Amino acid sequence: MFDDINDLYQQVILDHCKQPRNFHELPQCSCSAQGFNPLCGDNLKLFLTLDGDVIKDAGFTGSGCCISKASASLLTDNVKGKTKAEAEQMFERVRDLVTTGKTTGDVGKLAVFAGVYKYPARVKCAILAWHALIGALRGEAAPVSTENEKT
Amino acid sequence: MTDWTKLRADFPILNQQVHGKPLVYFDNAATSQKPRFVIDALVHYYERDNANVHRGIHELSNRSTNAFEAARARTAKFLNARSADEIIWTRGTTEAINLVAATWGAKHLKAGDVILLTEVEHHSNLVPWQMLAQKTGAKIAYIPVTGDEGTLDLSKLDSLLTSQVKLLSMVHISNSMGTINPVAELCAKARKLGIVTLVDGAQSAGHLPVDLQAIGCDFFAFSGHKICGPTGIGALYGRTEILETMPPYQGGGEMILTVGYDKTEFKPAPHRFEAGTPDISGPIGLHAAMDYLDAVGREKIWQHDQELANYACEKLSALKNIRIFGPKQNRAGLVSFLLKDVHAHDVVTLADQGGVALRGGHHCTQPLMHKLGVESTARASFYFYNTKAEVDVFVDVIKEIQKFFAQ
Repeated sequence: MFDDINDLYQQVILDHCKQPRNFHELPQCSCSAQGFNPLCGDNLKLFLTLDGDVIKDAGFTGSGCCISKASASLLTDNVKGKTKAEAEQMFERVRDLVTTGKTTGDVGKLAVFAGVYKYPARVKCAILAWHALIGALRGEAAPVSTENEKT
Repeated sequence: MTDWTKLRADFPILNQQVHGKPLVYFDNAATSQKPRFVIDALVHYYERDNANVHRGIHELSNRSTNAFEAARARTAKFLNARSADEIIWTRGTTEAINLVAATWGAKHLKAGDVILLTEVEHHSNLVPWQMLAQKTGAKIAYIPVTGDEGTLDLSKLDSLLTSQVKLLSMVHISNSMGTINPVAELCAKARKLGIVTLVDGAQSAGHLPVDLQAIGCDFFAFSGHKICGPTGIGALYGRTEILETMPPYQGGGEMILTVGYDKTEFKPAPHRFEAGTPDISGPIGLHAAMDYLDAVGREKIWQHDQELANYACEKLSALKNIRIFGPKQNRAGLVSFLLKDVHAHDVVTLADQGGVALRGGHHCTQPLMHKLGVESTARASFYFYNTKAEVDVFVDVIKEIQKFFAQ
């Protein structure tokens, strides 16, 4: 019945939503940030451990829809080993990907989010963890939300 | 016997496919669809009668004024108010409640007074009172709900009805739970204590026969778009005696008798509360909607709503890993539910692919969701043009969603 929806709920996304990776706090983290969309209830906290400029470890906790959870899970896998600048560049690429379906440069496994742009109501779910990442890297204290702003 | 399937043909929008599947529109608590009869009334107005209302001397203005005021009288009859002067046009339920807060509330409430609400209220019957409480120093108290059933716990009522309570404002039918509140009983109790009452009829007005004299409330608010009328029009009913004590809402044309540079004399109700050129086509479309609904019969609509909700509940209850909200007995025409380990937004996105329009979220009842310990629910809400066959499609889609996430 849901043949057409596989472009949104790709197998990799379903897998990461059911068995999220790095789904735990990092007690010794260097920085963290909360992503919270109060209107739909997606609420996650992202933790990063930095070694100088490099993200050594990443983890997250929280609850939300399949898309937001899978996005946070894939994010934590993706950013490990990246420098701050590389992580910010990846944020730009993912944002382009989920809003337009296209992106410049390699996004690796994150390419599974290429179908999200066809579901405008779900873009905010896919990008929430990435905004939390930027919030954590920039040391923003307030929770980030993707409900009211442009992504 | 009403031929419900035949009535569907009156709604052009229902005859379409969504994502390659026949549309099953189960988002009626958010807004209803419009029959051709209502659409035609709007077209007729704009093609034949459009002119500004009141004071116009020419033929078109006479026609539009007559139609505008006839809609007011029709609304009074629809709700069994005593007079058309008790009907004030608003943009909908939300504006109607805000009007009461801004006029009656600002004049009659003071620090220490209590506004009594219930825990199942929609944000539109919470936020205006919180804003008013902040301004006046009044406090807000709540009649609690029992839990997932969403029914009011009336054992606490007598202790809540203190002498400080000046207003009891409550929803008639809960948009997120489908509970029907005993408004007549509560209004009678409040009336004896001199407490003013407001009933939020957003989910009840066009779904069951509403007799305001039997309910005995001081105010009643509803929206036209939820009962087959156009968006942007609704009404506030206020008892004449109470409307007479209230200052104007907004200032401008239409609401005045005489204006000087220093002083203005206002019209009596209802026009005192309707500044500026009103929505004219709205009441005319709403008039057609009320005629249409009464031709179908609101008793029958109510029975049909409840039958579909009970049928849906029964079928959903047979599924595993589902949590169903709302009362077990006497449920209005909607079902709120959650599937285990599947977020409501994922349910709604997938159901949409099956052609089924549901709503997922907090349904503008965030405090209630918080109390129930959930972030959101998925909701199917019915109207008389929906059928049991559509409920079957909906339940099949829900089963498929469960399978999809169990892969």
